[in-house]
Amino acid sequence: MIEVKDIEKSFGDSKVLKGISTIFDTGKTNLIIGQSGSGKTVLLKSLLGIHTPDKGTIAFDGRIYSDLTPDEKRTLRTEIGMVFQGSALFDSMTVEENVGFPLKMFTNKSAAEIKERVNFVINRVNLINANHKKPSEISGGMQKRVAIARAIVNNPKYLFCDEPNSGLDPKTAIVIDNLIHEITLEYNITTVINTHDMNSVMEIGDKIIFLKEGILAWEGTKKEIFKTDNEAITDFVYSSNLFKKIRKAQNKGDL
Amino acid sequence: MLVRYLSQIGKYFLMLKEVFNKPTKWSAMRQLIFKEIDDLIIDSLGIVCFISFFVGGVVSIQTALNLTNPLIPKYLIGFATRQSVILEFAPTFISIIMAGKMGSFITSSIGTMRVTEQIDALEVMGVNSLNYLVFPKIIALLLYPFVIGIAMFLGVFGGWIASVYGGFASSNEFITGIQQEFIPFHIAYAFIKTFVFAMLLATIPSFHGYYMKGGALEVGKASTVSFVWTSVTIILTNYILTQLLLT
Repeated sequence: MIEVKDIEKSFGDSKVLKGISTIFDTGKTNLIIGQSGSGKTVLLKSLLGIHTPDKGTIAFDGRIYSDLTPDEKRTLRTEIGMVFQGSALFDSMTVEENVGFPLKMFTNKSAAEIKERVNFVINRVNLINANHKKPSEISGGMQKRVAIARAIVNNPKYLFCDEPNSGLDPKTAIVIDNLIHEITLEYNITTVINTHDMNSVMEIGDKIIFLKEGILAWEGTKKEIFKTDNEAITDFVYSSNLFKKIRKAQNKGDL
Repeated sequence: MLVRYLSQIGKYFLMLKEVFNKPTKWSAMRQLIFKEIDDLIIDSLGIVCFISFFVGGVVSIQTALNLTNPLIPKYLIGFATRQSVILEFAPTFISIIMAGKMGSFITSSIGTMRVTEQIDALEVMGVNSLNYLVFPKIIALLLYPFVIGIAMFLGVFGGWIASVYGGFASSNEFITGIQQEFIPFHIAYAFIKTFVFAMLLATIPSFHGYYMKGGALEVGKASTVSFVWTSVTIILTNYILTQLLLT
């Protein structure tokens, strides 16, 4: 569980996060949604420790990040898996080397043990015949799978994904969303996904938090999202024609 | 402007401190060092050999063509070639060429890693990205004096070939020239300079790549800026070291 309390973050005169408090539950897929510039990425980077909040605390299962010693922070980071928007795979390494990287850096496993674990997670994300290919030789969808495999290879407690299905076709995007959701349940991970894709929200969102101009404007489940009369979230959700039609159908009682 | 330069210099030294902090696991570091030796040292040998040989030849031809007074002995061609190549051409000018070759490679490779979030990925995993990326380059460039040693040898050899086969001096005259008034400290001076330049070549381009912001266009710009600053620093350091060591 990750508990965020009253987080504030500014860049120069611009206040990007304005006192955000929420809880990301274990074993659930938690989604942060909002328009571009709403502070989603800054919140995610604050959770990852890339940005230091000006105010407030972030606690990982009771461990307040800002109170940890450098060694404790390092240990915590080994419990985190991250899927970047552009996958962020290491160009100079093969798929197998990319996936095995966290094990090589942070465990004392033998080469054979690493290979076994790497093959296991590569199979788990359904990657076939790609072990010895470089990231530039595989498709965007496959790169995302490699990034997910790398993120989960060291059995993380926390999984963060920044726009995991951006740049993917709708079918592959659903496959990636479902893969993340399955892994979250299978390994009982606290997963936090940053997205503005409403399909992802409806597909895998156990808990959704909606940011607007740096403020947590709404939080709830995917079922609650259609019932809420919170103007901020309805404006965002129904900016999509598809969802407008869904709402119309709901109002008519067809859905 | 001055404040900005001073803040950049301060940031550079803070980066150096961080490079030696929290080392990467040795088994991973060893592979990185071998890879950097291959990329930075082995891959540079071809161009260094080619340039050194021909520039050595040109230096000896130019010297020969300017010795119009028949009273000046021809061994001076060998002497001038040796002095030019060992004192300045091999350590300093090869380093400036390497600021273009190695430096732009270092800046663009680290810069691309920054743009594509690979450095963020390292940091999120808990890897000290500066140690992981810059330290192996520093260690690899400890072999840079060998490259300069080869440049010195090939420069003088090129001069010998050009003199002898160009008909400017006999082999004996040239060899007498390169043995004339030989001061062993000049070799030490050249290698001290080379060592300092190697450290500049590893760290300044890394600094420009690591702290760059923006996209692909900015990677190109960072490589150019890195080349300019590495060259300027090499030339200034060369002046200071020459003043300190030879006067």
